[in-house]
Amino acid sequence: MSTLLPIVIGVLYATALYMMLRRSLVKLIIGLALLGQASNLLIFVAAAGRGLVRGGPPIIAEGETVAASTIADPVPQALILTAIVIGFGVLAFALALFHRTYKAVGTDDLDAFTTTEEA
Amino acid sequence: MNLLLVLPIVIPLASAAVSMLVWRSRRTQRAIAVAASLGLLASAIVLLVSVRRVGMIVTEIGSWPAPFGIVLVADLLSALMILVSAIIVVATIIYSLTSIDARHERFGYYPLIMLLMMGVNGAFLTGDIFNLYVWFEVMLISSFVLMVLGAEREQIESGIKYVTLNLASSAFFLTGVGILYAVTGALNMADIARSLPNVTQPALVQAISVIFLVAFGIKAAVFPLFFWLPASYHTPPAAVSAIFAGLLTKVGVYALIRVFTLLFVQDPEFTHRLILVIAGLTMITGVLGAVAQNEFRRILSFHIISQIGYMIMGLGIFTRLALAASIFYVLHHIIVKANLFFVSGIVHRIRGTYDLKRLGGIQTLSPMLSLLFLVPAMSLAGVPPLSGFFAKLGLIRAGISAEEYLIVAAAVVTGFFTLFSMTKIWNEAFWKPAPEPRELPEWRGAARAMMVPVGALALLTILIGLGSGWLFSVSLEASDQILDQALYLRTVLP
Repeated sequence: MSTLLPIVIGVLYATALYMMLRRSLVKLIIGLALLGQASNLLIFVAAAGRGLVRGGPPIIAEGETVAASTIADPVPQALILTAIVIGFGVLAFALALFHRTYKAVGTDDLDAFTTTEEA
Repeated sequence: MNLLLVLPIVIPLASAAVSMLVWRSRRTQRAIAVAASLGLLASAIVLLVSVRRVGMIVTEIGSWPAPFGIVLVADLLSALMILVSAIIVVATIIYSLTSIDARHERFGYYPLIMLLMMGVNGAFLTGDIFNLYVWFEVMLISSFVLMVLGAEREQIESGIKYVTLNLASSAFFLTGVGILYAVTGALNMADIARSLPNVTQPALVQAISVIFLVAFGIKAAVFPLFFWLPASYHTPPAAVSAIFAGLLTKVGVYALIRVFTLLFVQDPEFTHRLILVIAGLTMITGVLGAVAQNEFRRILSFHIISQIGYMIMGLGIFTRLALAASIFYVLHHIIVKANLFFVSGIVHRIRGTYDLKRLGGIQTLSPMLSLLFLVPAMSLAGVPPLSGFFAKLGLIRAGISAEEYLIVAAAVVTGFFTLFSMTKIWNEAFWKPAPEPRELPEWRGAARAMMVPVGALALLTILIGLGSGWLFSVSLEASDQILDQALYLRTVLP
């Protein structure tokens, strides 16, 4: 897993940036979605030794101050969960915006989006 | 839990929530927005006074002890930023009362402004790096909606650019946070600052610092990451442009100052040198971009970029005086830049266009407005005795005493070009006879109401100029505080 996942992350980042650099609006949004997923997976793996460890649930027995055995670090999961929720909301907004854009501009070719550049 | 630290976040949240309940009554929403912005201003003043009296204030949210829970930290820099953004939001709300049309108001314009302020204040106050990401997202999603509200074709097109680049920047930020957590095992900024010197891979820390530089650099619109800004800031209504121009990029600058004074200080020969180079290039490209423009708000947008260069110049020099000058610059700039956008909105209300070629003759129509344009415009260019002069003077003195002559030269040249641009707007929009003497109906009453916040901000610009000694000494205190890492660690992690 620890060699496979970094490769997957790299491919995800590369695909996301590649998609964002295409001229199509649809590919742009796919790229944005992938970029979010890539960083989520990165947090998960980067915290390896913290997040990917096999161990008991992160619960410390009553009266103790440290865990008796190795436990999985719950923080990366909490971060990813938050990021997924935020990413979901933002992506939903972006989809609605892109739909509106398609209706207003009439094409999904990003090169046609030049009205704001004409002085 | 200290109420003072929570109020700048809770007041806008509560007012937005209550506004949602009275969705149909535009008048009630307006009243709530005015009351909330005044409340925000009051709480910001009290916060600044108490921070100056007792020093840094920390509160643990939900009483979870640091570094496990999220902390809110107000040092002098945060308190100053919160105060100046509260001033801008009061001005924006008052300006919006006459300038924003019913259609915008029906779609929740005022609650959106308040949610934006919640994000901005949260970003200024938080002491937790992941929480900073969350506040950035709160701020961004509100700004996305404000940017495209009204759904003109121009706005939607610019919205695509704005949304895409900001989302990409957020993804980079998140990536940086993930790797930072991997090497330090901490999210609390004080805790990260404590563990970073013990990290055995300096190259990795350097890489993380550059990821943060890129992420915040996009938000702050520095060279070469600024292209979304001049493509988008001139499309929404003037009130929205003004609050964006005043506050949003400055949150990026604040984040840069925070992480590059607290976290990434191990290798200033690399990081701060890089920031200094970027600062010079940002100033020059921004101001040269402005020279080529012929649209009122696009000129101002390019000037935001060149001014961002000044703000991070102080961070790049990285001495006590330079940081103080940067802080002074940010405070002065927020007020002046928002004010210039307000003026452009009034000109648009009179003539119905932002195109300089078609504008003209404003000085005969409204001498008062012309005067009110000159104050922030000359301040932006750095004419004494206005606030911008002292801001630039501080930076140039800091540059000379640090023997960074190249950046000083860039700053001086940029100042001249800024003066040129402001004179161009003055000549084209105000001084020359109007090529087409078109006036929109009933502008006098509206313009008079819109000039109230403009006049107040212009007065504030003059006052900052006159009281620059006092404000500069406060900025020096703030700079002492952010340079004293040990103090931050001691206060947050007792």
